[in-house]
Amino acid sequence: MDALDRLLVNRLQGGFPLAERPFAEVARALGTDEATVIRRLARLREEGVLTRFGPLFDAERMGGAVTLCAMEVPPARFEEVTAIVNAFPEVAHNYEREHRFNMWFVLAVADPAEIPGVIGRIERETGLPVLNFPKEREYFLELRLDA
Amino acid sequence: MILDAIDRALIAATQEGLPFRPRPYAAIAERIGIPETEVRRRLGRMLECGIIRRIGAVPNHYRLGYRANGMSVWDVADEETDRLGREIGALPFVSHCYRRPRHPPDWPYNLFAMVHGRDRAEVESKVAEIARLLGEAARGYEILYSLRILKKTGLRTRFAGEKTSCSA
Repeated sequence: MDALDRLLVNRLQGGFPLAERPFAEVARALGTDEATVIRRLARLREEGVLTRFGPLFDAERMGGAVTLCAMEVPPARFEEVTAIVNAFPEVAHNYEREHRFNMWFVLAVADPAEIPGVIGRIERETGLPVLNFPKEREYFLELRLDA
Repeated sequence: MILDAIDRALIAATQEGLPFRPRPYAAIAERIGIPETEVRRRLGRMLECGIIRRIGAVPNHYRLGYRANGMSVWDVADEETDRLGREIGALPFVSHCYRRPRHPPDWPYNLFAMVHGRDRAEVESKVAEIARLLGEAARGYEILYSLRILKKTGLRTRFAGEKTSCSA
């Protein structure tokens, strides 16, 4: 990554213009040209430096629901349980964490009423209890990672 | 606002990202069969409502060198949680900060703050800043480092219901 790549990553984590030629506007602000901005961003996306480029939707504001869940998975069963949990389309993210509660996943559903049912099915299929951590409050600040 | 069929088509057409073309909104417009100005108007309305949080680049933490990801969890006195949560959420190195239910006796923690760092030492020094800020209001904490991403998918359109929590 060179200085322009870093500038693009740092400056474009929000506020991409809703203009007819948005890349040209970004280029003007950064003192470069439209083709360069497009080429650089496409490369950063292709190389995986960016996981996405575009609108970031909020499931809850769209009327859906999201919750964080945790499980204590016996180490010997970890891969098996991962396969069961990941097979649920409602599981949007799943992380292994270093703790007695070693599996943490996020459920995303269209209707908040679906959450207990999905948790119940995961408990039945894995034979393990699931702790539900719905968010009660969000203390939000937009994430800015410096490249 | 109510999301209509066109909004949902627009969400489906953009959730994987915008095309890297000089007129990205025109390319989306062509795909779903509405005018380009309509694409921008509808995206602008969703942005205003918070249905779209932001439009831009979503970087991969690991690729930017943020290899340590620690979920710090805190047991904070209930009556202090909102005030302190807002202060912690405003720290530049905290990406997400939430109040969540405790599950005693297994889980006494009610405040979750995600901290990214280049290594664990950096995460720990940032967590120490949080500890200073919380002072005696924090009765205990732990850091849960991520070891592996087991699954990561974007949102899918079927999560877009018709009714939204947005009144605009």
